Amino acid sequence: MSELSVEHLLGIKYLKPNDIDVIFKTADHFKEVINRPIKKVPSLRDITIANLFFENSTRTKLSFELAEKRLSADVINFSAGQSSVKKGETLIDTVNNILAMKVDIVVMRHGNVGAGVFLSKHVDAKIINAGDGTHEHPTQALLDSYSIREKLGTVKGKKIVIIGDILHSRVALSNIFALQLQGAQVKVCGPTTLIPKHIASLGVTVETNLKKALEWCDVANVLRVQHERMDIKYFPSTREYTQLYGINQEILDNLGKKLVIMHPGPINRGVEITSDVADSNDSIILNQVENGVAVRMAVIYLLAQQIKR
Amino acid sequence: MNSKDIEIILHRLACELIENHNDFSNTVLIGLQPRGSYLANRLAKLLKTEYNIKNLELGLLDITFYRDDFRRKETPLAAETTEMNFLIEDKKVVIIDDVLFSGRSIRAALTAIQSYGRPENIELLVLIDRRFSRHLPIQPDYRGRQVDAINEEKVLVTWTESHKKDAVFIEPT
Repeated sequence: MSELSVEHLLGIKYLKPNDIDVIFKTADHFKEVINRPIKKVPSLRDITIANLFFENSTRTKLSFELAEKRLSADVINFSAGQSSVKKGETLIDTVNNILAMKVDIVVMRHGNVGAGVFLSKHVDAKIINAGDGTHEHPTQALLDSYSIREKLGTVKGKKIVIIGDILHSRVALSNIFALQLQGAQVKVCGPTTLIPKHIASLGVTVETNLKKALEWCDVANVLRVQHERMDIKYFPSTREYTQLYGINQEILDNLGKKLVIMHPGPINRGVEITSDVADSNDSIILNQVENGVAVRMAVIYLLAQQIKR
Repeated sequence: MNSKDIEIILHRLACELIENHNDFSNTVLIGLQPRGSYLANRLAKLLKTEYNIKNLELGLLDITFYRDDFRRKETPLAAETTEMNFLIEDKKVVIIDDVLFSGRSIRAALTAIQSYGRPENIELLVLIDRRFSRHLPIQPDYRGRQVDAINEEKVLVTWTESHKKDAVFIEPT
Protein backbone atom coordinates (compact mmCIF):
# COMPACT_ATOMS: atom_id res chain seq x y z
CA MET A 1 0.00 0.00 0.00
CA SER A 2 1.38 3.35 -0.93
CA GLU A 3 -1.69 5.47 -0.34
CA LEU A 4 -2.94 7.44 2.64
CA SER A 5 -6.24 6.43 4.19
CA VAL A 6 -7.15 10.08 4.80
CA GLU A 7 -8.04 12.89 2.42
CA HIS A 8 -6.55 15.68 4.53
CA LEU A 9 -3.87 15.78 7.19
CA LEU A 10 -5.88 17.34 10.01
CA GLY A 11 -4.35 15.52 12.93
CA ILE A 12 -2.49 12.38 13.86
CA LYS A 13 -5.59 11.00 15.57
CA TYR A 14 -7.18 10.44 12.15
CA LEU A 15 -4.25 8.37 10.87
CA LYS A 16 -3.71 4.61 10.89
CA PRO A 17 -0.34 2.95 11.59
CA ASN A 18 0.05 2.16 7.88
CA ASP A 19 -0.29 5.85 7.01
CA ILE A 20 2.73 6.68 9.13
CA ASP A 21 4.63 3.87 7.44
CA VAL A 22 3.76 5.17 3.99
CA ILE A 23 4.71 8.73 4.91
CA PHE A 24 8.08 7.64 6.34
CA LYS A 25 8.95 5.46 3.36
CA THR A 26 8.14 8.31 1.01
CA ALA A 27 10.11 10.71 3.21
CA ASP A 28 13.14 8.42 2.93
CA HIS A 29 13.11 8.99 -0.83
CA PHE A 30 12.74 12.74 -0.44
CA LYS A 31 15.54 12.86 2.09
CA GLU A 32 17.77 11.43 -0.64
CA VAL A 33 16.42 14.04 -3.06
CA ILE A 34 17.18 17.00 -0.77
CA ASN A 35 20.77 15.83 -0.39
CA ARG A 36 21.42 15.90 -4.14
CA PRO A 37 23.28 18.76 -5.85
CA ILE A 38 19.94 19.73 -7.40
CA LYS A 39 17.37 19.27 -4.68
CA LYS A 40 14.23 19.44 -6.71
CA VAL A 41 11.80 17.09 -8.44
CA PRO A 42 9.12 18.11 -10.94
CA SER A 43 6.22 15.99 -9.56
CA LEU A 44 3.88 18.80 -8.48
CA ARG A 45 4.39 21.11 -11.47
CA ASP A 46 0.67 21.67 -11.92
CA ILE A 47 -0.29 21.99 -8.25
CA THR A 48 -0.80 25.28 -6.43
CA ILE A 49 -0.47 25.46 -2.67
CA ALA A 50 -1.55 28.26 -0.35
CA ASN A 51 0.19 28.65 2.99
CA LEU A 52 -2.23 30.38 5.32
CA PHE A 53 -0.65 31.36 8.59
CA PHE A 54 -3.11 33.04 10.92
CA GLU A 55 -0.59 32.61 13.71
CA ASN A 56 3.12 33.37 13.79
CA SER A 57 5.60 30.80 12.59
CA THR A 58 9.14 30.80 11.26
CA ARG A 59 10.37 27.24 11.05
CA THR A 60 7.13 25.53 10.05
CA LYS A 61 6.33 28.11 7.42
CA LEU A 62 9.80 28.04 5.89
CA SER A 63 9.87 24.27 6.04
CA PHE A 64 6.51 23.93 4.28
CA GLU A 65 7.45 26.51 1.68
CA LEU A 66 10.74 24.79 0.94
CA ALA A 67 9.06 21.38 0.76
CA GLU A 68 6.50 22.75 -1.70
CA LYS A 69 9.13 24.41 -3.85
CA ARG A 70 11.31 21.30 -3.91
CA LEU A 71 8.31 19.44 -5.33
CA SER A 72 7.96 22.18 -7.96
CA ALA A 73 4.53 23.33 -6.75
CA ASP A 74 3.45 26.94 -7.15
CA VAL A 75 3.26 28.61 -3.75
CA ILE A 76 1.34 31.57 -2.41
CA ASN A 77 1.81 32.84 1.11
CA PHE A 78 -0.49 34.60 3.45
CA SER A 79 0.04 35.92 6.92
CA ALA A 80 -2.91 37.12 8.96
CA GLY A 81 -1.02 40.17 10.10
CA GLN A 82 -1.17 41.85 6.71
CA SER A 83 -4.56 40.63 5.52
CA SER A 84 -8.25 41.32 5.27
CA VAL A 85 -8.86 39.16 8.32
CA LYS A 86 -8.28 42.35 10.24
CA LYS A 87 -11.04 43.99 8.20
CA GLY A 88 -13.53 41.43 9.52
CA GLU A 89 -13.54 38.73 6.85
CA THR A 90 -14.55 35.24 8.00
CA LEU A 91 -12.26 32.23 7.66
CA ILE A 92 -14.40 30.54 5.01
CA ASP A 93 -14.61 33.73 2.96
CA THR A 94 -10.88 34.26 3.15
CA VAL A 95 -10.15 30.71 2.07
CA ASN A 96 -12.80 30.59 -0.64
CA ASN A 97 -11.41 33.76 -2.13
CA ILE A 98 -8.02 32.16 -2.25
CA LEU A 99 -9.44 28.97 -3.72
CA ALA A 100 -11.14 31.00 -6.45
CA MET A 101 -7.61 31.58 -7.69
CA LYS A 102 -7.44 27.79 -8.32
CA VAL A 103 -5.53 26.51 -5.32
CA ASP A 104 -5.32 22.73 -4.79
CA ILE A 105 -3.84 22.40 -1.31
CA VAL A 106 -4.15 24.64 1.74
CA VAL A 107 -1.58 24.51 4.52
CA MET A 108 -3.07 26.29 7.50
CA ARG A 109 -2.00 27.37 10.93
CA HIS A 110 -4.75 28.88 13.03
CA GLY A 111 -5.14 29.89 16.65
CA ASN A 112 -8.47 28.11 17.04
CA VAL A 113 -8.74 24.42 17.82
CA GLY A 114 -10.40 22.50 14.98
CA ALA A 115 -9.96 25.22 12.36
CA GLY A 116 -8.61 22.67 9.90
CA VAL A 117 -11.46 20.22 10.43
CA PHE A 118 -13.97 23.05 10.01
CA LEU A 119 -12.35 24.18 6.79
CA SER A 120 -12.17 20.66 5.35
CA LYS A 121 -15.95 20.41 5.62
CA HIS A 122 -16.62 23.67 3.83
CA VAL A 123 -14.06 24.12 1.10
CA ASP A 124 -12.95 22.03 -1.84
CA ALA A 125 -9.20 21.62 -1.32
CA LYS A 126 -6.79 19.34 0.49
CA ILE A 127 -6.12 20.71 3.97
CA ILE A 128 -2.87 20.23 5.86
CA ASN A 129 -2.98 21.33 9.47
CA ALA A 130 0.17 23.21 10.37
CA GLY A 131 -1.00 23.73 13.94
CA ASP A 132 -4.45 24.54 15.29
CA GLY A 133 -4.34 26.31 18.64
CA THR A 134 -3.36 23.98 21.46
CA HIS A 135 -4.77 20.95 19.62
CA GLU A 136 -2.57 19.25 17.00
CA HIS A 137 0.53 19.87 14.93
CA PRO A 138 0.68 16.66 12.90
CA THR A 139 3.69 17.31 10.66
CA GLN A 140 5.81 18.19 13.70
CA ALA A 141 4.90 14.90 15.36
CA LEU A 142 5.65 13.02 12.15
CA LEU A 143 9.07 14.59 11.78
CA ASP A 144 9.80 13.95 15.46
CA SER A 145 8.98 10.25 15.08
CA TYR A 146 10.87 10.13 11.80
CA SER A 147 13.94 11.57 13.53
CA ILE A 148 13.68 9.03 16.37
CA ARG A 149 13.35 6.24 13.80
CA GLU A 150 16.41 7.56 11.99
CA LYS A 151 18.48 7.80 15.17
CA LEU A 152 17.37 4.63 16.96
CA GLY A 153 16.27 2.46 14.03
CA THR A 154 12.69 2.15 15.21
CA VAL A 155 10.10 3.90 17.34
CA LYS A 156 8.39 0.70 18.45
CA GLY A 157 9.04 -0.17 22.09
CA LYS A 158 11.05 2.98 22.77
CA LYS A 159 10.41 5.06 25.86
CA ILE A 160 9.82 8.72 25.16
CA VAL A 161 9.27 11.44 27.71
CA ILE A 162 7.80 14.79 26.72
CA ILE A 163 8.95 17.47 29.12
CA GLY A 164 7.53 20.91 29.81
CA ASP A 165 4.36 22.79 28.98
CA ILE A 166 2.10 19.90 27.99
CA LEU A 167 -1.07 21.91 28.65
CA HIS A 168 -0.54 24.44 25.88
CA SER A 169 1.32 22.19 23.50
CA ARG A 170 -0.14 20.91 20.24
CA VAL A 171 3.24 19.28 19.62
CA ALA A 172 2.78 17.18 22.78
CA LEU A 173 -0.69 15.96 21.82
CA SER A 174 0.24 15.08 18.24
CA ASN A 175 3.41 13.39 19.48
CA ILE A 176 1.49 11.29 21.97
CA PHE A 177 -0.87 10.07 19.23
CA ALA A 178 1.94 9.43 16.75
CA LEU A 179 4.22 7.62 19.19
CA GLN A 180 1.42 5.42 20.47
CA LEU A 181 0.37 4.52 16.90
CA GLN A 182 3.90 3.23 16.39
CA GLY A 183 3.97 1.26 19.62
CA ALA A 184 6.15 3.50 21.79
CA GLN A 185 5.64 4.18 25.49
CA VAL A 186 5.02 7.80 26.37
CA LYS A 187 5.45 9.68 29.61
CA VAL A 188 4.82 13.36 30.18
CA CYS A 189 6.78 15.38 32.71
CA GLY A 190 6.29 18.92 33.96
CA PRO A 191 4.81 21.00 36.75
CA THR A 192 1.34 19.74 37.71
CA THR A 193 -0.18 23.02 36.61
CA LEU A 194 1.09 22.51 33.06
CA ILE A 195 -0.15 18.94 32.71
CA PRO A 196 -3.75 18.55 31.53
CA LYS A 197 -6.04 16.95 34.10
CA HIS A 198 -7.16 13.86 32.23
CA ILE A 199 -4.04 13.20 30.18
CA ALA A 200 -3.70 9.71 31.70
CA SER A 201 -6.84 8.74 29.78
CA LEU A 202 -4.74 8.92 26.61
CA GLY A 203 -2.64 6.06 27.95
CA VAL A 204 0.38 8.10 28.97
CA THR A 205 1.96 8.15 32.40
CA VAL A 206 2.64 11.33 34.34
CA GLU A 207 5.83 12.13 36.23
CA THR A 208 6.57 15.36 38.03
CA ASN A 209 10.14 14.48 38.97
CA LEU A 210 12.47 15.30 36.08
CA LYS A 211 15.27 13.02 37.22
CA LYS A 212 12.99 9.97 37.48
CA ALA A 213 11.54 10.69 34.06
CA LEU A 214 14.99 10.95 32.48
CA GLU A 215 16.13 7.72 34.14
CA TRP A 216 13.18 5.94 32.57
CA CYS A 217 13.40 7.19 29.00
CA ASP A 218 15.38 6.61 25.78
CA VAL A 219 14.37 9.92 24.23
CA ALA A 220 13.61 13.27 25.88
CA ASN A 221 11.51 15.65 23.82
CA VAL A 222 11.82 19.04 25.50
CA LEU A 223 9.12 21.64 24.93
CA ARG A 224 9.16 25.38 25.27
CA VAL A 225 7.14 27.14 27.95
CA GLN A 226 4.51 28.96 25.92
CA HIS A 227 4.26 32.24 27.79
CA GLU A 228 2.11 33.73 25.02
CA ARG A 229 -0.66 31.21 25.68
CA MET A 230 -0.65 31.68 29.46
CA ASP A 231 -3.39 33.92 30.77
CA ILE A 232 -2.52 33.22 34.40
CA LYS A 233 0.68 32.29 36.20
CA TYR A 234 1.23 28.54 36.11
CA PHE A 235 4.50 28.55 38.07
CA PRO A 236 6.13 31.08 40.42
CA SER A 237 9.05 32.12 38.22
CA THR A 238 11.02 31.13 35.15
CA ARG A 239 14.02 30.65 37.41
CA GLU A 240 12.18 28.12 39.51
CA TYR A 241 10.97 26.32 36.41
CA THR A 242 14.55 26.06 35.16
CA GLN A 243 15.74 24.70 38.48
CA LEU A 244 13.10 21.97 38.55
CA TYR A 245 12.57 21.17 34.86
CA GLY A 246 15.50 22.67 32.97
CA ILE A 247 17.83 20.12 31.37
CA ASN A 248 21.56 20.68 31.75
CA GLN A 249 24.63 18.58 31.04
CA GLU A 250 25.19 17.78 34.69
CA ILE A 251 21.83 16.07 35.05
CA LEU A 252 22.47 14.04 31.90
CA ASP A 253 26.01 13.07 32.98
CA ASN A 254 24.67 11.74 36.29
CA LEU A 255 22.23 9.40 34.53
CA GLY A 256 24.98 7.03 33.42
CA LYS A 257 23.34 6.43 30.05
CA LYS A 258 22.88 8.19 26.73
CA LEU A 259 19.65 9.92 25.88
CA VAL A 260 18.45 11.36 22.60
CA ILE A 261 17.55 15.01 23.11
CA MET A 262 14.89 16.63 20.96
CA HIS A 263 13.26 20.04 20.85
CA PRO A 264 10.66 21.26 18.34
CA GLY A 265 11.93 24.85 18.58
CA PRO A 266 12.04 27.71 19.16
CA ILE A 267 14.47 27.08 22.02
CA ASN A 268 14.61 29.33 25.04
CA ARG A 269 18.25 28.66 25.82
CA GLY A 270 18.92 28.52 29.52
CA VAL A 271 15.25 28.01 30.40
CA GLU A 272 14.07 24.52 29.43
CA ILE A 273 17.45 23.42 28.05
CA THR A 274 20.98 24.74 28.37
CA SER A 275 23.15 25.57 25.38
CA ASP A 276 25.67 22.77 25.96
CA VAL A 277 22.88 20.17 25.87
CA ALA A 278 21.13 21.71 22.88
CA ASP A 279 24.38 21.76 20.90
CA SER A 280 25.71 18.39 22.10
CA ASN A 281 26.10 15.24 20.01
CA ASP A 282 23.11 13.66 21.73
CA SER A 283 20.87 16.42 20.49
CA ILE A 284 19.09 15.81 17.17
CA ILE A 285 17.42 19.22 17.09
CA LEU A 286 18.88 20.23 13.74
CA ASN A 287 18.22 16.78 12.25
CA GLN A 288 14.59 17.38 13.16
CA VAL A 289 14.62 20.55 11.08
CA GLU A 290 16.22 18.82 8.10
CA ASN A 291 13.82 15.88 8.33
CA GLY A 292 10.94 18.35 8.55
CA VAL A 293 11.38 19.25 4.90
CA ALA A 294 11.52 15.60 3.78
CA VAL A 295 8.49 14.60 5.85
CA ARG A 296 6.45 17.58 4.65
CA MET A 297 7.40 16.79 1.04
CA ALA A 298 6.11 13.26 1.63
CA VAL A 299 2.80 14.45 3.11
CA ILE A 300 2.20 16.96 0.33
CA TYR A 301 3.19 14.46 -2.37
CA LEU A 302 0.89 11.76 -0.99
CA LEU A 303 -2.08 14.12 -0.69
CA ALA A 304 -1.46 15.63 -4.13
CA GLN A 305 -1.52 12.13 -5.55
CA GLN A 306 -5.19 11.89 -4.61
CA ILE A 307 -6.20 15.01 -6.52
CA LYS A 308 -7.87 13.90 -9.71
CA ARG A 309 -7.25 15.85 -12.87
CA MET B 1 13.87 -16.14 -24.99
CA ASN B 2 15.49 -18.48 -22.50
CA SER B 3 18.42 -18.02 -20.15
CA LYS B 4 20.95 -19.20 -22.78
CA ASP B 5 19.80 -16.52 -25.25
CA ILE B 6 19.97 -13.87 -22.53
CA GLU B 7 23.44 -15.02 -21.49
CA ILE B 8 24.74 -14.62 -25.07
CA ILE B 9 23.11 -11.20 -25.40
CA LEU B 10 24.57 -9.99 -22.10
CA HIS B 11 28.06 -10.94 -23.29
CA ARG B 12 27.53 -9.14 -26.58
CA LEU B 13 26.24 -6.02 -24.81
CA ALA B 14 29.22 -6.09 -22.45
CA CYS B 15 31.60 -6.27 -25.41
CA GLU B 16 29.84 -3.42 -27.18
CA LEU B 17 30.16 -1.32 -24.04
CA ILE B 18 33.87 -2.08 -23.77
CA GLU B 19 34.32 -1.13 -27.43
CA ASN B 20 33.02 2.37 -26.69
CA HIS B 21 34.13 2.90 -23.10
CA ASN B 22 37.51 1.07 -22.83
CA ASP B 23 38.29 0.73 -19.13
CA PHE B 24 35.20 2.67 -17.94
CA SER B 25 37.39 5.19 -16.12
CA ASN B 26 35.11 8.06 -17.16
CA THR B 27 31.88 6.10 -17.51
CA VAL B 28 29.05 5.36 -15.11
CA LEU B 29 26.29 2.81 -15.56
CA ILE B 30 22.86 3.76 -14.25
CA GLY B 31 20.13 1.16 -13.90
CA LEU B 32 16.56 2.41 -13.77
CA GLN B 33 14.60 1.18 -10.75
CA PRO B 34 13.09 -1.24 -10.33
CA ARG B 35 13.45 -3.48 -13.38
CA GLY B 36 16.47 -1.96 -15.08
CA SER B 37 18.59 -2.47 -11.99
CA TYR B 38 18.59 -6.26 -12.41
CA LEU B 39 20.05 -5.88 -15.89
CA ALA B 40 22.51 -3.20 -14.72
CA ASN B 41 23.71 -5.35 -11.82
CA ARG B 42 24.11 -8.35 -14.09
CA LEU B 43 26.07 -6.41 -16.71
CA ALA B 44 28.28 -4.83 -14.06
CA LYS B 45 29.04 -8.24 -12.59
CA LEU B 46 29.86 -9.63 -16.02
CA LEU B 47 32.16 -6.73 -16.86
CA LYS B 48 33.99 -7.12 -13.57
CA THR B 49 34.42 -10.89 -13.52
CA GLU B 50 34.65 -11.91 -17.17
CA TYR B 51 36.18 -8.83 -18.72
CA ASN B 52 38.35 -7.69 -15.83
CA ILE B 53 36.99 -4.14 -15.62
CA LYS B 54 37.97 -2.50 -12.36
CA ASN B 55 36.51 0.63 -10.75
CA LEU B 56 33.21 0.25 -12.49
CA GLU B 57 30.71 2.76 -11.13
CA LEU B 58 27.10 1.63 -10.97
CA GLY B 59 24.14 3.67 -9.80
CA LEU B 60 20.49 2.83 -9.39
CA LEU B 61 18.09 5.63 -10.19
CA ASP B 62 14.41 5.88 -9.29
CA ILE B 63 12.42 8.07 -11.67
CA THR B 64 9.03 8.05 -9.92
CA PHE B 65 9.09 11.76 -9.06
CA TYR B 66 9.97 12.66 -12.66
CA ARG B 67 7.27 10.64 -14.40
CA ASP B 68 4.74 12.43 -16.56
CA ASP B 69 1.78 10.31 -15.46
CA PHE B 70 1.56 11.55 -11.84
CA ARG B 71 -2.15 11.90 -10.95
CA ARG B 72 -3.12 10.39 -14.31
CA LYS B 73 -3.15 6.78 -13.17
CA GLU B 74 -5.64 4.98 -10.99
CA THR B 75 -2.96 3.22 -8.95
CA PRO B 76 -0.55 5.46 -7.06
CA LEU B 77 3.09 5.49 -8.09
CA ALA B 78 5.33 3.96 -5.45
CA ALA B 79 8.95 5.04 -5.36
CA GLU B 80 11.99 2.78 -5.06
CA THR B 81 15.33 3.65 -3.53
CA THR B 82 17.89 5.64 -5.44
CA GLU B 83 21.52 4.70 -4.94
CA MET B 84 23.74 7.23 -6.63
CA ASN B 85 26.95 7.65 -4.67
CA PHE B 86 28.72 9.77 -7.24
CA LEU B 87 28.25 12.86 -9.36
CA ILE B 88 28.04 12.58 -13.12
CA GLU B 89 29.58 15.95 -14.00
CA ASP B 90 31.52 15.46 -17.27
CA LYS B 91 31.04 11.68 -17.11
CA LYS B 92 29.78 9.42 -19.86
CA VAL B 93 26.50 7.96 -18.68
CA VAL B 94 24.89 4.74 -19.87
CA ILE B 95 21.24 4.41 -18.86
CA ILE B 96 20.17 0.78 -18.55
CA ASP B 97 16.60 -0.52 -18.67
CA ASP B 98 15.01 -3.84 -19.50
CA VAL B 99 12.32 -2.94 -22.04
CA LEU B 100 12.11 0.18 -24.19
CA PHE B 101 8.49 0.79 -25.07
CA SER B 102 7.03 4.30 -25.21
CA GLY B 103 10.27 6.04 -24.26
CA ARG B 104 8.56 7.98 -21.48
CA SER B 105 10.57 6.36 -18.67
CA ILE B 106 13.76 7.29 -20.49
CA ARG B 107 12.49 10.87 -20.87
CA ALA B 108 11.95 10.96 -17.10
CA ALA B 109 15.38 9.45 -16.49
CA LEU B 110 17.02 12.09 -18.68
CA THR B 111 15.46 14.78 -16.49
CA ALA B 112 16.30 12.97 -13.25
CA ILE B 113 19.94 12.55 -14.24
CA GLN B 114 20.34 16.31 -14.53
CA SER B 115 19.96 16.50 -10.73
CA TYR B 116 23.38 14.87 -10.41
CA GLY B 117 25.28 17.21 -12.70
CA ARG B 118 25.91 17.78 -16.41
CA PRO B 119 27.21 14.61 -18.04
CA GLU B 120 29.46 14.61 -21.10
CA ASN B 121 26.99 12.42 -22.92
CA ILE B 122 24.22 9.93 -22.22
CA GLU B 123 23.66 6.62 -23.98
CA LEU B 124 20.85 4.12 -23.67
CA LEU B 125 21.16 0.35 -23.32
CA VAL B 126 18.09 -1.89 -23.33
CA LEU B 127 17.63 -5.63 -23.37
CA ILE B 128 14.42 -5.50 -25.39
CA ASP B 129 13.57 -2.81 -27.90
CA ARG B 130 9.89 -2.88 -28.83
CA ARG B 131 9.74 -1.49 -32.34
CA PHE B 132 7.03 0.84 -33.64
CA SER B 133 5.79 1.67 -30.14
CA ARG B 134 7.56 4.92 -29.33
CA HIS B 135 5.70 8.02 -28.13
CA LEU B 136 8.90 10.08 -28.10
CA PRO B 137 11.92 10.38 -30.39
CA ILE B 138 14.15 8.12 -28.24
CA GLN B 139 16.21 5.21 -29.62
CA PRO B 140 18.65 2.87 -27.87
CA ASP B 141 22.42 2.91 -28.54
CA TYR B 142 22.78 -0.71 -27.44
CA ARG B 143 19.96 -3.18 -27.83
CA GLY B 144 19.75 -6.81 -26.89
CA ARG B 145 16.93 -7.89 -29.18
CA GLN B 146 14.28 -6.11 -31.21
CA VAL B 147 10.77 -7.31 -30.67
CA ASP B 148 7.57 -6.65 -32.58
CA ALA B 149 4.53 -6.93 -30.35
CA ILE B 150 1.11 -5.40 -30.68
CA ASN B 151 0.54 -2.55 -28.28
CA GLU B 152 -1.86 -4.41 -25.98
CA GLU B 153 0.63 -7.21 -25.43
CA LYS B 154 3.12 -7.03 -22.60
CA VAL B 155 6.79 -7.86 -22.87
CA LEU B 156 7.97 -9.26 -19.59
CA VAL B 157 11.58 -9.85 -18.56
CA THR B 158 12.21 -12.07 -15.54
CA TRP B 159 15.52 -12.50 -13.74
CA THR B 160 16.95 -15.24 -11.57
CA GLU B 161 17.29 -12.68 -8.78
CA SER B 162 13.59 -11.86 -8.75
CA HIS B 163 11.71 -14.67 -10.47
CA LYS B 164 14.07 -17.67 -10.25
CA LYS B 165 14.60 -17.73 -14.02
CA ASP B 166 16.14 -15.58 -16.75
CA ALA B 167 13.57 -15.30 -19.50
CA VAL B 168 11.67 -12.94 -21.78
CA PHE B 169 7.99 -13.51 -22.52
CA ILE B 170 5.41 -11.84 -24.65
CA GLU B 171 2.19 -11.93 -22.67
CA PRO B 172 -0.98 -11.84 -24.75
CA THR B 173 -3.79 -9.69 -23.39
